[in-house]
Amino acid sequence: MKPIAPKPLPRRFHQARWDEPIIFELSRPGRRGVLLPPVGEEIRREVGDPVGELPDALRRTLPPALPEVSQNQVLRHYARLSQETLGVDLNIDVGQGTCTMKYSPKVNEQLVRAPGLTELHPRQDESTVQGILEVMHRLEEMLCEISGMDRVTLQPAAGSAAIYANVCMIRACQAARGQSHRDQAITTIFSHPSNAAAARVAGYEVITLYPDADGYPDPGALRAAVSERTAALLVTNPEDTGIFNPRIAEFVRVVHEAGGLCAYDQANANGILGITRAREAGFDLCHFNLHKTFSTPHGCGGPAAGACGVTAELAPFLPVPTVECQDGQFRLDYDRPQSIGKVRPFYGVAPNLVRAYAWIMSLGAEGLRRVAETAVLNNNYLLDRVLRIRGVSAPYAPGRRRIEQVRYSWEQLARETGVHTEDLEIRAADYGMHYWTSHHPFVVPEPMTLEPTESYSREDLDEYAAVLGRMSDEAYADPEIVRTAPHNSTVHRTHPEPFDDPEQWAVTWRAYLRKTGQKRG
Amino acid sequence: MPAREPVVHPYIPNSVPGVQQEMLQAVGAQTVDEFFADIPAGLRLDRPLDLPEPLLSEAELTRHVEGLLERNRSTRQVLSFLGAGCYRHQVPAVCDEINSRGEFLTAYAGEPYEDHGRFQALFEYQSMMGELLGMDVVNVPNYDGFQAAATALRMAARLTGRGSVLLPAAMSADKLSMVRGYLQPDIAVDLIPLDPASGLLDPATLEAALSPRVAAVYFENPGYLGTLETRPDRISAAAHAAGALSVVGVDPLSLGVLRPPVDYGADLACGDIQSLGIHMNFGGGHGGFIAGPDDPRFVMEFPSRLFGIAPTTVEGEYGFGDVAYERTSFARREEGKEWVGTAAALWGITAGVYLALMGPQGMREIGEGLMQRCRYLMGRVAALPGLRVPFAATPHFTEFVVQFDPAGPTAAAANRALLERGIFGGKDLSAEFPGLGQSLLVCVSELHTRPDLDRLVDALGEVTR
Repeated sequence: MKPIAPKPLPRRFHQARWDEPIIFELSRPGRRGVLLPPVGEEIRREVGDPVGELPDALRRTLPPALPEVSQNQVLRHYARLSQETLGVDLNIDVGQGTCTMKYSPKVNEQLVRAPGLTELHPRQDESTVQGILEVMHRLEEMLCEISGMDRVTLQPAAGSAAIYANVCMIRACQAARGQSHRDQAITTIFSHPSNAAAARVAGYEVITLYPDADGYPDPGALRAAVSERTAALLVTNPEDTGIFNPRIAEFVRVVHEAGGLCAYDQANANGILGITRAREAGFDLCHFNLHKTFSTPHGCGGPAAGACGVTAELAPFLPVPTVECQDGQFRLDYDRPQSIGKVRPFYGVAPNLVRAYAWIMSLGAEGLRRVAETAVLNNNYLLDRVLRIRGVSAPYAPGRRRIEQVRYSWEQLARETGVHTEDLEIRAADYGMHYWTSHHPFVVPEPMTLEPTESYSREDLDEYAAVLGRMSDEAYADPEIVRTAPHNSTVHRTHPEPFDDPEQWAVTWRAYLRKTGQKRG
Repeated sequence: MPAREPVVHPYIPNSVPGVQQEMLQAVGAQTVDEFFADIPAGLRLDRPLDLPEPLLSEAELTRHVEGLLERNRSTRQVLSFLGAGCYRHQVPAVCDEINSRGEFLTAYAGEPYEDHGRFQALFEYQSMMGELLGMDVVNVPNYDGFQAAATALRMAARLTGRGSVLLPAAMSADKLSMVRGYLQPDIAVDLIPLDPASGLLDPATLEAALSPRVAAVYFENPGYLGTLETRPDRISAAAHAAGALSVVGVDPLSLGVLRPPVDYGADLACGDIQSLGIHMNFGGGHGGFIAGPDDPRFVMEFPSRLFGIAPTTVEGEYGFGDVAYERTSFARREEGKEWVGTAAALWGITAGVYLALMGPQGMREIGEGLMQRCRYLMGRVAALPGLRVPFAATPHFTEFVVQFDPAGPTAAAANRALLERGIFGGKDLSAEFPGLGQSLLVCVSELHTRPDLDRLVDALGEVTR
């Protein structure tokens, strides 16, 4: 036998294509996927038929038209759909910039499947949940140290919920100071859109600052924006461009001098762990996304977890309950008269709190710093590789280093080939990869946001860059192949017209059947 | 002592010193520190973080974390009658199998091409919830049932252009706290007291409270105290007569036997999906749903993503994508509807698996079984001396109130005594609803056998003796 040839680069990927029907199409009357523990004859005899006795206004007469499918067939259907999904476990997931798609360690998955967590009811007597309360208390303390803040709450369900909780604490604090007339929140265009959106929900007028020519938030624009109406600054740093605002302390000072409070969106703090903290820059509040920096898996879009850190001055406004420790006993404290109240049922997304705790414990202080340094090294290495590709650039701050991510631009390639970033985004699927453009509006034209985190090897980064290079070559040599992508994916290009047409859109199978004039099979 | 070798961490492939050096060289940097040039010295942390020593091996880590979690006593070890917003049910093994698959567990926000399966699974979740709820539009899950109610009420305020809502006074204090906060500063909240005899919304008070300012009447079926509104159609009709919307919070697990809210006039339905195949997780298993009519006026008010179906260039293929994306804060920042972000998608997929396994028959059987167990336990508890069951003549779903005589134990003391007997008794309502005196909210599950229920009755008998 001759040696088998080495693997080509890019690899010859093809996504799973099971051509799977919709679950309703698998239904046959009478089949079922699970049985239930019986009520028993004795109870039935004693109580009769409470459902049958319900008033007509309440008793369901037509059974819900759910599918009727046996267990193996349900399992297989969803196992196939899972194969048609490209998680971090499968791809070099550096393409979802701002989202910190790092490795979620498997040992942590084993830990959160323990019945000592999954089968806990949140209203159990505190004496029976000392273990999970201790995990929460320890995690809070570690996040206090990592952020430099005085207190942390783990209650918010996710990052945007944490931003909103911070806005609510700002609102409550301003009210306690007799400053309720302050009705404006200031953010930057390269901060996550939820800063602007959550502030609006809480009743604030939103002022959005744009960067200066070098991509740095503009201090002149901030000075012009602050006034006696300023309630808050809500800002990410480094911003989505991966550029760290070196004048952040000055920004905070300007807002403080105007009487506002400052909240630091640290959804993604991956590049600065152990390097710089919210405290040193003078922030009053901050938040972390535990599903980003702290490795809890993204779950197709949640469950996530948010943690808010605050200074002692803001601590009275934290959501209830807080976790307190007294003489080695942990308890939940609801007696906090200035609290903003509840922001979510119970105490937070407990499995993700355990995962984040385990992740920090597996790394320690030195490991966290290594995470940050390596994430930043990986990013600058990938930046160097990507800038060698024809048609792509990294707008702003030319020649300067970036922190943990870069928002690139395919503007030149689009101009020269007519191929747009949305086409390349789809073409990436043909190579078993993914990339994300940017939030809207596209301030950076034809954007692509990459964040390599610490989880990927140099070889991984080379492979990712090679695929981007191949796609660029294709755009120049054979743009049609990019414009008609995907070719090696689960499905082909979707006709998007129904998504914005009320006559055609269908968010459920029942709406689809009705709008396409079909009867249920 | 020799200096410790730097750890090459298994989660950090490029922590190998030689690799770091090569990469630095490749980008023309001397040290990693150069990358942080924009961070002024005054903002640098000049010491290592003060964190516990790491547990580098999996064995050490597991021993430590399991050691902490083993200090808990779970509902596997203690017979539990706790509900009040978080419910213990049979979780089919296939639900756990699917939500622990690495593909779903670790995916995030890919396009409908590389993540076709994620889009299809969530479209199917929306579709099965749509069947259960009798409505054509259901969102990709938001955070939880609290958020679902709060957002449904904000949607109602935008739809009607009105600035107040009516909520039942007999609602979870926690949920009321969250909803009140979320509706600040522009939407006023007024409470409708419950009828002390039936535990239901008092229709006369409701009608008196309705005005042209009211955007929505929100009520729950089952209510927080376990009662079922027997004439929900009248509540919706009263709301509609005043030009308000009817918004109904519902436990989806009840909808195999109970009418979906749309049947009795609901404009929006909302709730939590934790009861659909998701472990309690100490309150970490929640996800929210909002359902509405396929009317663009309503659809355009949803903040969440809505996945829709469409043809592809190949016959016989289903494609998926975002319906009316321009509504969202992803598209329009503060001009979008509230905000959208990471919420509870994996629980949505899980709930879809659960509904596919249960089918119409499973959903009917579980509803019947829960109501039978609930009635059985209510009847036996009500027969005990020293206790009463308020609202006993009103139909209940899985939960009911147990009230101790003034001469008897406090609810807290009763719970302590039950715990000594290996039982989590019920949510103590005495601070939440002082009007109910010393009382517990007790919840049944299909996991309860008759001996389990009898054990609670016997223990309550001892506690009140």
